[in-house]
Amino acid sequence: MEKAQVQNTTTVPASSKRMGKLRRWWREKSIQIDQWSRKKPFRRKMYLNRSLYLMMVPYLLLFSLFTVVPVVMSFALGFTYFNILETPKWVGWNNYLDLFLNDPIFIIAVKNTLIIALITGPIGYMLSFVVAWLINELPRYLRSIITLVFYAPSIAGGAITIWSLIFASDIYGYANAYLIEWGIISEPITWLQNAKYILPIVIIVQLWMSLGVNFLAMIAGLKGINREYYEAGAVDGIRNRWQELWYITLPNMKSILIFSAVIQIAGSLNVGAVTTALAGFPSVQYAGHTIVNHLQDYGHIRFEMGYASAIATVMFLAAILLNKLIRRIIRKVGT
Amino acid sequence: MAKRKLTYEEKIQEKLRKQEEKRMRRNERKARSIDSRPFAEISSFKIMIKSRRRKRVNRSRAGDIILFIVLGFAGILSVLPLVLIVSNAFKPLDEIFLYPPNFIVRNPTLNNFRDLGIVLATSLVPFSRYFFNTVMITIIGTVGHLIIASMCAYPLAKYKLPGNKFILTLITYSLMFPAAVTAIPHFLILNWFGLINTHWSIILPVIASSLGLYLMRQTMVNVPTSLLESAKLDGAGEFTIYRKIVMPLVKPASITLIILNFRSLWGAEGSVTIFSEQKKMLSYALSQIATAGPARQGTLAAVSLIMITVPIIMFIVSQNHMIDTMAHSGMK
Repeated sequence: MEKAQVQNTTTVPASSKRMGKLRRWWREKSIQIDQWSRKKPFRRKMYLNRSLYLMMVPYLLLFSLFTVVPVVMSFALGFTYFNILETPKWVGWNNYLDLFLNDPIFIIAVKNTLIIALITGPIGYMLSFVVAWLINELPRYLRSIITLVFYAPSIAGGAITIWSLIFASDIYGYANAYLIEWGIISEPITWLQNAKYILPIVIIVQLWMSLGVNFLAMIAGLKGINREYYEAGAVDGIRNRWQELWYITLPNMKSILIFSAVIQIAGSLNVGAVTTALAGFPSVQYAGHTIVNHLQDYGHIRFEMGYASAIATVMFLAAILLNKLIRRIIRKVGT
Repeated sequence: MAKRKLTYEEKIQEKLRKQEEKRMRRNERKARSIDSRPFAEISSFKIMIKSRRRKRVNRSRAGDIILFIVLGFAGILSVLPLVLIVSNAFKPLDEIFLYPPNFIVRNPTLNNFRDLGIVLATSLVPFSRYFFNTVMITIIGTVGHLIIASMCAYPLAKYKLPGNKFILTLITYSLMFPAAVTAIPHFLILNWFGLINTHWSIILPVIASSLGLYLMRQTMVNVPTSLLESAKLDGAGEFTIYRKIVMPLVKPASITLIILNFRSLWGAEGSVTIFSEQKKMLSYALSQIATAGPARQGTLAAVSLIMITVPIIMFIVSQNHMIDTMAHSGMK
C-alpha cells in the first residue's frame, strides 16, 4: 500500500500540486483499491466493472429502502402479535398454526382464490397475448386507438359500475331483463346476493379486466421482434399464421412472456378489489372471499397486523411456487 | 415596379409548384419521423420497401374475419365505461341519477363545467397550486423512474456480474408480495427519513418500484450483444453505450413504462403521507369537491372527465411512437 502511495506522489508531482485536496485523496484511494483488487479474481471482476455497479447503485439504494426492507419487516411481523398501537409481541409459529388449523374462513378463502387464479390466470394470459398479437398487425394510428379501447378499463376505472349494472338484482339489470324477455327465467335472479353465482361472476369480470399491464408489455414485446425473421421464415417454408406464431413470434419474445407470467401470477393471486366492489364485504356465505379480502379484514379492520403478515407470507410462498412451475413451461415454448 | 398580374398559366404553375413543395416537405417529415438514429437513410429506405409490400406473408382471410369479430365484441364491452364517463359529464342532474343510466346523453348541457368553475374559483388554495403539484410529481416520478430503473436494468440484462442473479431474484419476487401488508413498514421508513409531508413520499416509492425495472431488463436481454461489443471497440464507455445504443433500441418498453407510471402518478392522492393543503394533489382536491353530497354529482362527473382526459391523450400520443425496432438492421 505504502509503496503505491509513494509512487503516485513521485510520478505526478506537478499535477498533484494543482489538484484539489479531494481529488488527490480520491486518486490515492483509487490506486489503493486497484492494488487491493489485484489479489483476488472475484474482487478484480467487481473492480473492473465498477462503472456498471455505479449505474446500478441509485436504483438499488431506493429499491432496498422502499421494497426490500418493508417486505423483510413484514416477514418478521408474521411471527408477532402486532396491533399497530403496542410494540410487537413475539409469538413464534402461532400465527401460522392458527391460520391453517383454527381458521375455517381462511380455508374457504384459499379455495376461492385458487379457483379464481387457476381459471383467470392462464386464460387471461392467453387472452392478452392474442389481443396484443392481433392488434400488432394493424396500421399505426388504428393500432393506438384500439389499444386504448382495450386498455380503457384500466385508465377510466369504471369497470365495476358497468358489471354491477349488468348483474343488478332487480328487473332493470341487463342480465335479468334479457333473460326474462327471452323467457328463460320468470323472475329476477339476485346475482350478487346468491352464493351460487358470485364466484362465476367474479371470474368473468376478472377475465375481462385482464388486459392490463401485461397486455401493454406484450405489445411492446411484439414490437421488439425483428421483421426480417418473418420474411426469412416465409422463405424457409412456414405456411400459416400458427406456425409463424410458434416458431418465430413466441421464441423471440420469451423474455416478455416470462415478465407477463410473473405479473399475471401476482395479479391473479391478488384478486380482492373486484370481489369487494361486486359482492360487498363480506360476501354472502363468504362465497367471494379471497385471501386478499381475508388479509384486509385482519390488517385494516381488526388491526391484527401480525396475523395479516402471516397471511401475506403464505401468499408470497404460493406465488413463488407457481412462478417456478410456469417458468418451466415457458422454457419449452418454440421447441 | 408595380406588381404584374399573373396570367392563367402562371397561376396554375404556381399552384403546381406549391403542391410539389408540400409533398416534398411531407415526405421529408415522414422520413424524419420514422427514424432519427444513425443509418436513418438505410433503415427508412427499408421501411419504404416494406410498406410498399403492405401485407405480411401467410395470412388467410377467414381467420382474419373471425378473429376481428371476437375482438370487436370484447372492444365494445371495454369502451362502455369510458363512454359513460364522457356522457355523464354532459348530463343534467336529473339524468345522472337515472337508473339504469343512458349511455348516450339526451339533453346535453355544460352546466356541470360551469359549476366546477364556480367551485374552483372560490377554493381557499388557488387551484393552479394543486395542478402544479400533480404535474411536477408526475414528471419527476416518470422521468426519474425511467432513467434510474433503466440504468440499473442494463447491467442486469447484459452482464454476468457477481450479485446480479441475486438482485434479479429479489426484484422478481418483490413483484409478488401483496402490497396491503407493507403499508405500515413503508410509512415507518418514510418517517425515519423525514419524508412525511413532502412530495418525495410519493415520488421515491414510485421510482423504487420493481415493475418497470423488470420490464426494462426483460426487454434489454434481446438487444444483440454484438452491437454492444462493436460500440465498445469504437471506444464507447458503458454509460455511453447505455444512453446511445441500448435506450433507443428499447423504445417500445420505455413507452410502456412511461404510460404505466404516468397513469399511477396522475391519479395519486397522497392523502396518507401529505397533510398540508398547499402540497395536496389535483385528484385529492377534485375528490374533495364530490364530498359535498348529491348536489355535487354533476360537478363530480365533469371532474372525472377532466381527470381521465390527460392520461388518455398521453396514452395515444405515446402509443403512436411505438414502431418496429431496428435492432438488427445494422448487422449484416
